[in-house]
Amino acid sequence: MKIAILSGKGGTGKTLVSVNLAAVSEKATYIDCDVEEANGHLFFKPQWVQEESIAVKIPEVDEGLCDGCRKCVDFCKFNALAYILNKLKIFEEICHSCGGCLLVCPQKALTEKDKVIGIIKKGISNNVTIYSGLLNTGEPSGVPIINRLLSKNHLLENKLTIIDCPPGSACVVMESIKDADYCILVAEPTLFGVHNLNMVYQLVKLFEKPFGVVLNKCTEDDNPAEKFCYENNIKILGKIPFDSKLGTLNSNGEIIVNIDEKYKEIFSSLLDTVIKEVRYETVANP
Amino acid sequence: MKIAIPVENKTLDSSVNPSFGRAPYFLIYDVNTKESTFIENTAATSTGGAGIKAAQIIVDNKVNAVLSLQLGENAAAVLKDANIKIYKTTDVSIKGNIEAFINERLSFLDEIHAGFHGRRR
Amino acid sequence: MKQLLILSGKGGTGKTTIASAFIKLAEAKAYADCDVDAPNLHLISGWNEHPIRKDYYGLQKAKIDERLCIYCGQCQENCRFEAITYNDKYEINPYACEGCSVCEFVCPTKAITMMPDIAGELMLYSDKEKVFSTAQLKMGSGNSGLLVTEVKKQMKSETKGGEVAIIDGSPGIGCPVIASLSGVDMVLIVAEPTVSGISDMERIIKTASGFNTRIAVCINKYDINVENSNKIEELCKKQSLDFVGKIPFDSQVAKILNSGRTIIDVDCISRSAVKEVYRKTINILFE
Repeated sequence: MKIAILSGKGGTGKTLVSVNLAAVSEKATYIDCDVEEANGHLFFKPQWVQEESIAVKIPEVDEGLCDGCRKCVDFCKFNALAYILNKLKIFEEICHSCGGCLLVCPQKALTEKDKVIGIIKKGISNNVTIYSGLLNTGEPSGVPIINRLLSKNHLLENKLTIIDCPPGSACVVMESIKDADYCILVAEPTLFGVHNLNMVYQLVKLFEKPFGVVLNKCTEDDNPAEKFCYENNIKILGKIPFDSKLGTLNSNGEIIVNIDEKYKEIFSSLLDTVIKEVRYETVANP
Repeated sequence: MKIAIPVENKTLDSSVNPSFGRAPYFLIYDVNTKESTFIENTAATSTGGAGIKAAQIIVDNKVNAVLSLQLGENAAAVLKDANIKIYKTTDVSIKGNIEAFINERLSFLDEIHAGFHGRRR
Repeated sequence: MKQLLILSGKGGTGKTTIASAFIKLAEAKAYADCDVDAPNLHLISGWNEHPIRKDYYGLQKAKIDERLCIYCGQCQENCRFEAITYNDKYEINPYACEGCSVCEFVCPTKAITMMPDIAGELMLYSDKEKVFSTAQLKMGSGNSGLLVTEVKKQMKSETKGGEVAIIDGSPGIGCPVIASLSGVDMVLIVAEPTVSGISDMERIIKTASGFNTRIAVCINKYDINVENSNKIEELCKKQSLDFVGKIPFDSQVAKILNSGRTIIDVDCISRSAVKEVYRKTINILFE
């Protein structure tokens, strides 16, 4: 069972929900797809057991074979190649690794080499196995890391997998929810919150994923996000109250379900609701 | 001696474009013959790597020096490999900069900003 | 005109809240929202009229003409982005297609062509005095770096003057942030005293340091964790970054923003602190 946690913007409590759902379960895999700002491990403080470098393919030129026809330079839609003073220059951080230049080269002067763009770490913390991806600073795209994070051997069908997605609705988020069985959208009770909730709402609808909303930072005041859910007939899975104690524990990197009985209950029942929803979905829309 | 300047329009009365890679035109000016040619910058509409492509156009036009307000790191790398000198423009007037260049009043551009590569996050 | 960029690394630290307050305090004649993935500034910027909208085209994307397709599968085999699916016929998944045109090249029957693709929308609000430039990227679209560049370009070209322009940056450290950093005079980082906030702040400082621009830091909601706030201050000292102040947690902020106002419009506990941060920031900007 793969559950993706999303939010239209950062700071809504996406990682809070992901981490605590994993922690409150019997056994879970937690995958941090927010590769630009992976923070889940700061809570689990796992013992790292494995590390893997993630590389992309970058072209390399054999200057002896290159005859300067420039077909590759003209072909590259990303302008990653230049031909200067009888030499081909390759801009590695511009390259999208499409392999087009190799295909068009009549002299077969181009080959590919690996370039490391980040790492994936595997760690263990009590009942939770953690996979954390980290993009090197300056690297523009985390998609290859996310693809590797979500590759089949990390996802065990019979086990609960929590996918902590990057914020927003960009392509990295799409990669992250592609294989999810269910999506949880975390929303804040503000106008910004509604605007951003609407964006991820459109996204999960587009991908035809079953989903529900968790309302975070709830106060006594009007909750525009809750209103949005009622208006659009969206299932509200649970509410997390605004609580400065929760804020403090969270800001210190504590996992609240391990400390506070009340929150243990809130997240346990949230997990139960989600699992029921997923089971219902598999029966209703197999 | 040929110099290139990113410009807004195809006339000497036009102004210097603040961006190198995304300038609509380049003025190629021959200091010896005082001949000026305007070429379209086909790199301007690229979603990514505009600086590299624009620099390639400059290299292919056998220019000796570029006068620009700023320059991305990739464009600078291309120009440097081609031994093209890069000078910093001092005002928006094209003529003023040409004059300043001829009188050796322009200094080298030393602040090279990191590029933005038009790639997915 | 000096450009001040507000960044945070992590989302939700209050970047837009502070940006909107700064715009008010500076009576800014030009401002922009570079968070093209999830723009929010327009919600509290007080513009009632509709903006001028302009389509933003990203890289071209592949399209298959079914009638010419001979089902050889070359396109699918050569696509590195798993953007071509087969279900009775070959189809392009526009969300996965990166526009490299390898499929167009390998297709033996010219069944594939690259077509222009709308990747988002640029919006411009303007009146006699001021301009506000913003944009929204289409769901799942890449190339947000160029759109950020366009947002800033639009602000600059439409500006009616003024001493300072305020730019609300995008979260993260990726391409759009790099694009928003280019050409600005100063960066203000809004940090949050949480373990995640500190870790993200360190990453954004690393990114911003690559540019020749002054960096200042302020802490929002500093009192939710004073110990972490002290850590941030120390970190600034160590890296000799300008520290421009601390803003307390203010439970009224959500309510104020929900009513479409900025925290400057209402008498609230965060107001005087933000004013102080603003004063120090502007002093550095015009030093």
